[in-house]
Amino acid sequence: MEAELVEGLGRLAVAGGGGEPEVLADRPDGTVVRAGTVVAKAHAADSDHTELGARLRIASAPPLGGILLAPVPGGPPEAFLLGRRVTLWPYAEPVDRDDPDAAPWEDAAVLLARLHTVRVDSLPGPVPPMRGPAKVARALDRLSGLDDAAAHDVVFRAAAGLPGWARGEGPQPPSRVLVHGDLHLGQLVRYGGGPWLLIDVDDLGLGEPAWDLARPAAWFATGLLAPEVWSRFLGSYRAAGGPAVPGEGDPWGALDVPARALTVQSAALAVVRARREGRALDEVDELLLETCARMAGRARVDVVS
Amino acid sequence: MQCPKCHALMQTYNRNGVQIEQCSGCRGIFLDYGELEALTRLESQWVQQAPPAAAPPPAYPGNAAPAGPAWGAVHGGHQGHYGHGHGSHHRGFGRMLFSS
Repeated sequence: MEAELVEGLGRLAVAGGGGEPEVLADRPDGTVVRAGTVVAKAHAADSDHTELGARLRIASAPPLGGILLAPVPGGPPEAFLLGRRVTLWPYAEPVDRDDPDAAPWEDAAVLLARLHTVRVDSLPGPVPPMRGPAKVARALDRLSGLDDAAAHDVVFRAAAGLPGWARGEGPQPPSRVLVHGDLHLGQLVRYGGGPWLLIDVDDLGLGEPAWDLARPAAWFATGLLAPEVWSRFLGSYRAAGGPAVPGEGDPWGALDVPARALTVQSAALAVVRARREGRALDEVDELLLETCARMAGRARVDVVS
Repeated sequence: MQCPKCHALMQTYNRNGVQIEQCSGCRGIFLDYGELEALTRLESQWVQQAPPAAAPPPAYPGNAAPAGPAWGAVHGGHQGHYGHGHGSHHRGFGRMLFSS
C-alpha cells in the first residue's frame, strides 16, 4: 500500500519534473516524493478535503506571493491516489539540517509577520481554522495509546492547565489573522539562493498568530534555544510589524498559552517517538518533560493561591 | 509573598537547592541573604566543569536576557542547554527543529 503510494507519487513527480524519484518524507501526515524540479505530496489520509481545498486555493492566491510557496500552476486540479489528496509543488531547497546555527530565523520571523498581516478578506474564502490545537489533541491521543502512558502523566497534567481550545476542545477564539499553524525550520525553502518562503498549507487557517511564534518560544523557555537566537527571531518579527505580540515589553502574555500547548505537544511526541525508535528518552525529551512538570506544578499553585 | 516592585504574587522555585522567588507579574527575582552567593558558587562550579568549546553563559540573568515565562528554565548559568555543545542534546534538538 505504502510502496504503491510512493510509486504513484514518483510517477506524477517524474511526469512534471523529470529525473529520478526520491522520497523526501514518508509519514502518516504526508508522503513527499521529489523528481527534478517537481515535488508530489500525498496529504494525510484523514485530511478534510473541503478545508484542504480551501488552503490550497489560498496558497495560490496573489496576496500570499513571496510568503508561501504556491503549487505548480496548472497541476492536477483534484488528484487522488489511494484515497489521499495529491498536490504538485516546485522543488526548492530546504534549510540545511546539519547546520541549524545558520538557520534563517530572521527570515522566518519576517515571513510570519507578513503572513499575519495578509488581509483575510482578500483571500478566496471561506478560510478554515488553523489546525495547531488539533495537533496538540492528536499528540496527546498518541501518548495515551502507549501502555505506560500513566508514567508520563505530567504531560497530561500540563495539558489540563491549558484552556480547552488550545488542546483542540471547542472552537478557538475568533480571529481574522491567517496563521501557518505548524512552523518549524523544515517549513522554510528557497530557490537557488533566492528569498525564503514558507511551505506546507495543511494546518493553515484563521487563528491566534502567537501560535506561529510559540514553537521557538517553547524551545527558548525549555532552555534549548539560546536566548540570543530567540531575541533575534522575536525582534525581527516585531520590527516587521507582526501583530502576535505587543511591539515592546513582555511578549509572554500572548505567547504563554500557545508555548505551553506546543511544549505539551512536543513532550507527548518525544515520548511516542522514543518508544517507536526503541530507545530511552534522550536529554531533549527529558527537558521537555521537566518543563511540563514545571507547568503542572504551577497550575497547582495557581489553584491554591 | 508579594513582589516589592509591582505587588503581584511571588512564587518560589528551587534551583539546585537555592530558593528563588519569582514574581508572577513582572518576572523579577528576589534572592534571600546568601542566595546570590550560593548561585554564584554553583555557577563557577558549572563554568569549571563546562567543556572548553561551550560558549560562555551570561554572567547573570540581567538586562540583556530576554523575558521568559515563569514555567521556563532559568537562562544563564547552569540551566542553559543550548549552545554549541557536542552532547546528545544537540542532536536531539537538531532533530526537533525540523519536525512537527
